[in-house]
Amino acid sequence: MKHKFLNLKNLLALGTVYALSFTQVMAQEAAKAAEETAKHEGLGKTVSYYVLLLLLACIFVGIVGKIISVYDLTRKIQGNRRGIKWDKINGILFGITLIVGLYGVYWSYTVQGSQILPAAGSAHGAKIDSMFDVTLILTTIVLVLTHIALFSFAFFYNASKKRKAYYYPHNNTLEKYWTIIPAVVLTILVLMGFFTWRSIFNVPEDERRNAIQVDVTAHQFAWDVRYAGKDNVNGRKNYKLIGSLNGLNSLGLDLSDKANYDDLRVNEIVLPVNKSVRFTLSSQDVIHSFYMPHFRVQMNCVPGMATYFQFTPTKTTQEMRQDTDDPKFDYVLLCAKICGGSHYNMKFNVRVVSNREYQEWLKEQKPIVTDDMKKEYQLAMEEQGTASNTQIALNN
Amino acid sequence: MSSIAINNPSAIHHDDHGHAHHHETFLTKYVFSQDHKMIAKQFLITGIIMGVIAMLLSVLFRIQLAYPDHSFPLLEVLLGRFAPEGRLDPNFYLSLVTIHGTIMVFFVLTAGLSGTFSNLLIPLQLGARDMASPFMNMLSYWLFLVACVLILSTFFIESGPAGGGWTVYPPLSAIPKAMPGSGLGMTIWLIAMILFVASSLMGGINYVSTILNMRTKGMDLWKMPLTIWAFLLTAVTGILSFPVLVAGVVLLIFDRSFGTSFYLSDIVIGGQALAHEGGSPILWQHLFWFLGHPEVYIVIMPAMGIISEVMAVNSRKPIFGYHAMVYSLIAITVLSFIVWGHHMFVTGMNPFLGGVFMITTLIIAVPSAVKTFNWLATLWRGNIRFTPAMLFSIGMVSFFISGGLTGIWLGNASLDINLHDTYFVVAHFHLVMGSAAIFGMLAGIYHWFPKMFGRVMNPRLGYLHFWLTFVAAYFVFFPMHFMGLDGVPRRYYAFTEFEFMEKWMSVNVFVTWSAILGAVAQIAFLINFFGSIFFGKKSTENPWEANTLEWTTPVERLHGNWPGEIPTVYRWAYDYSKPGHPTDFIMQTVPHSETMSSNLPHDFDGNEVAEKIQEEWNLAHNASKNPEQVK
Repeated sequence: MKHKFLNLKNLLALGTVYALSFTQVMAQEAAKAAEETAKHEGLGKTVSYYVLLLLLACIFVGIVGKIISVYDLTRKIQGNRRGIKWDKINGILFGITLIVGLYGVYWSYTVQGSQILPAAGSAHGAKIDSMFDVTLILTTIVLVLTHIALFSFAFFYNASKKRKAYYYPHNNTLEKYWTIIPAVVLTILVLMGFFTWRSIFNVPEDERRNAIQVDVTAHQFAWDVRYAGKDNVNGRKNYKLIGSLNGLNSLGLDLSDKANYDDLRVNEIVLPVNKSVRFTLSSQDVIHSFYMPHFRVQMNCVPGMATYFQFTPTKTTQEMRQDTDDPKFDYVLLCAKICGGSHYNMKFNVRVVSNREYQEWLKEQKPIVTDDMKKEYQLAMEEQGTASNTQIALNN
Repeated sequence: MSSIAINNPSAIHHDDHGHAHHHETFLTKYVFSQDHKMIAKQFLITGIIMGVIAMLLSVLFRIQLAYPDHSFPLLEVLLGRFAPEGRLDPNFYLSLVTIHGTIMVFFVLTAGLSGTFSNLLIPLQLGARDMASPFMNMLSYWLFLVACVLILSTFFIESGPAGGGWTVYPPLSAIPKAMPGSGLGMTIWLIAMILFVASSLMGGINYVSTILNMRTKGMDLWKMPLTIWAFLLTAVTGILSFPVLVAGVVLLIFDRSFGTSFYLSDIVIGGQALAHEGGSPILWQHLFWFLGHPEVYIVIMPAMGIISEVMAVNSRKPIFGYHAMVYSLIAITVLSFIVWGHHMFVTGMNPFLGGVFMITTLIIAVPSAVKTFNWLATLWRGNIRFTPAMLFSIGMVSFFISGGLTGIWLGNASLDINLHDTYFVVAHFHLVMGSAAIFGMLAGIYHWFPKMFGRVMNPRLGYLHFWLTFVAAYFVFFPMHFMGLDGVPRRYYAFTEFEFMEKWMSVNVFVTWSAILGAVAQIAFLINFFGSIFFGKKSTENPWEANTLEWTTPVERLHGNWPGEIPTVYRWAYDYSKPGHPTDFIMQTVPHSETMSSNLPHDFDGNEVAEKIQEEWNLAHNASKNPEQVK
């Protein structure tokens, strides 16, 4: 046993030496290397302290193991033929696991379960939440019952020389039951899920058009949001126009489309309560995911393809603050699809307000097409007219 | 089935020379071996090393999650520019997550699990001298090893390892400018993956052909142990799905290196519009998950097979519902090909498809439920011996239940809207395919260690290993469900930027320390494993009193497996505790004529002559066939 620990120690020491030499190779100047070494002075001590601690723990376990085996042997010598009854001990441990585990599940459900998202702040979210409840109850029942069976069988039926196991190769009736019952339960869940899913995504044409149109463009690592303005239509954009108009056109708006001129640039998403809103999502570079957990809304933003999510917020931020008893509560938009180094930091503020507040806020928002952009566009068009170079507008 | 010897050249070789010494050098015996048992060991030890590396990577990023504001000078010493000032670089964090996932899913739980146990057990449990194509088998290992070396080598290149997540979704993975991890590291990742798939296919084709062609006399399909059924269906799944990944990977290589536009369109990066037009990032997701979802069954089915066998042996009971177990494996295999879209509910795929994939996904829960109930019924009224292998099998069932149930949530498209890409998913798959499959693998290692090394592992260290790992795994993954239900997305470098995540910081610390506990517990396994190879207690021929054929081979592990003739099989693998028989196991090689006192009518498959002989014997011995009385 002991010399194996020594081996382990040697290995660790060897590993550290290799790692150190590697860093030193990487350092380009000898001075820099010396500086590095100075910076990490005392580190060796700390590391060897923890390595020693680990070794001590291993040795301790090893000693306990030896004591147990000595005890086991003496029992056997003294005529206790079977020695330590490990089967019994493991069976009891499973019994304990069952009880502690069930309590642990209860504890998690109540303590950590109380920290999960509050009730949905949207119309479709309420449906999802009720399905969530049904699924939670069903799966918890199955979880508890199967684990009671699993661990109590392990507890009750541990090996005994006196007994022979019950030869029970199959029982077709039983197997039919436990095929059909899960199938029926799952069918119910599937149907519920299917109809909820369709009600979320199959939005009738006129409801689509009447909703507030918001256009979201994701890029590394931020969101650009514009509202559709008076005509409730977001103007066309083209990725090839991004950076045109002397770099002013960061979204690639196509200014030949008049629908662009009344679009509004916003710094936060503000939504009126109980009004349907339709998000049109796209990305300029990699895939991002438009995720607003409090509304039960998520949809990927895919370059080269528009995606949509339409929903109706049902609670203002104020109401949510009261409901959750948290004066600092705010809706959030975050990115849920790995998109690069700052994936974890793509925050955007979201507020739900009354219709009156929404209208007031809307009035304060500036058009996305600024006067400077218009001038640049005019200039470009004139140049295009004289030089008849069709590429200018695109390349600029 | 009598043509085995003719089919297998090495068998003839052995029949000619008996079991005399071979002219083997160190190279042919341990390195370029074509013996299936040695190749199994090569896969296993490589898999264990890769598993330890991937586990250490996970400890690194767990430390970052628990202590986002601390500086650890040691990290800078070990990782250099990847951890400036003793803090992980956000891009390197993503690389760690990516490589952890890649290694665990492909290199440990696919190659390490299937490669080890298919290679070891298929010839041994079916009564074959070796695999159908030993050379291809060797090649399979060497391609796998090259893939392992390649993927690890990316830690030593300037831009670091691949970092786009183990699913490497383009455009992130396709554009080097999008992140450092999409540079050379991603190129090497893709090449390694092609080599890996080639290795898997060679292995898979070998497994299927061996199982279908080289079974010993009497070993018809319905007498095969469930391990073999699982390996067969796993191999079939792999053969049908892995080529699709290669197709996807090749197209991605074209997009990255040759300017094609399969996955790319309308992209502006660093203020510059790329020339790619007309591609779709969704295409990659379809191709990837067409493999990716069968892949999780490739990972879990061998574990299912292993624990079915281990549980039957150690409960001293026949596996309950053998036929149902086989049919449910077949159902899982078939269904696994039509569920991939449940990974894409919110990726912009047509919502109609979402509805369809939800239906197929929830159907696949039925065979999984059947398997679980059958395992429970196997334990019921057993006479359970808690060997370490048995402990890990019970642990596997527990993980499979806890993780499988959350699959019902995620498979439901409506619930998935809010759970997609959150920690709930992380918790789900780490339990159902991560922990469950690794426990199946560990069960297999403890159980068949004697067949690999002729010694048994120390059971007490095994108990310690099991209990620590079991508790640690639940401590790590159970709280993650609740983080997911709070809307915390996965692959976040730090929880510091969002106020609502702050309440999970203390949970993160707890999870990290549990992960460290779990990692430390593996020391018990490593000492036990490598120590027992040299110093373990010598094994007997059949240490677990099991029925299957591998326990009729000598402890010395000959090249060719059996010294003389290959034994004939007369019965199924699960005659444990049969009423009327003096011992509680009857090996597959024992003919029914030697067990007249315990034969049951269904043992004869409608063979009238045999039934008549049995009836006459019963009359002569006046023995009642009522099992209750015999007991």
